[in-house]
Amino acid sequence: MEIGITHYKRSVVVKTQGRVDGSNAPELKEAFKELTDKGEFNIVFDMSEVNFMASAGWWVLIDAQKTCKQLNRGEVVLACIDKSIQDSLSLVGMSSYFKAFDDITSAVGSF
Amino acid sequence: MRKRTFPGRLDKLADISLFVVQAAEEAGLDDSGVYAVELAVDEAATNIIEHAYQGEDRGEICCSIEVNRDGLKVILQDWGNPFDPKKVPEPTLGASLEKIQSSGLGLFFIRKLMDEVQFEFSKEKGNTITLVKRRK
Repeated sequence: MEIGITHYKRSVVVKTQGRVDGSNAPELKEAFKELTDKGEFNIVFDMSEVNFMASAGWWVLIDAQKTCKQLNRGEVVLACIDKSIQDSLSLVGMSSYFKAFDDITSAVGSF
Repeated sequence: MRKRTFPGRLDKLADISLFVVQAAEEAGLDDSGVYAVELAVDEAATNIIEHAYQGEDRGEICCSIEVNRDGLKVILQDWGNPFDPKKVPEPTLGASLEKIQSSGLGLFFIRKLMDEVQFEFSKEKGNTITLVKRRK
């Protein structure tokens, strides 16, 4: 799993591609943990090239969201979610846990 | 009915997905329906590896698919520990972020995404989960 990290003035963009499932979710978890351990709490997850997201992946994002939102110090937002992934997120009732943006510029600009 | 057997390993989840996605597309499901089947089967296969077999490379997952006039039926079979869905706590989604627990999230996804879900266990056949998704 390739994970790209891009630092902006007020936020960090995390980007990966393809499938996020039980086989590689631990790598994504580690990437988020490294960021929050360094005090980065404004995080954009760029999903423009993610075409599959299992519950193991969502749990990584929920866990990161819990950490970031503590003490109102930041949050994880999502950008460029594939429509089918968005539909499934709404269906299981988890879309309320994340703000979602149609493009990276808006997501980065939200901080 | 088409059938394939996969090693019970997390790096084989993508192969299982490919197998069911092809059938879901042939069954005429729309994009969200195809994705729902892919996600539900992935969650079920992950549960088999992590809970029924309690680790990778401890057994196989047999995947049978029937495309019918209503949509698609997927049957996953394993020979691991008996699975009792009643023992899996349901996550409290809709609850505040702090209270949500990861336990049972996969099973919750499966039930929300599919039109029918059925679990069976027998000594001869092992665990069987049947997932049905209908065309809209």
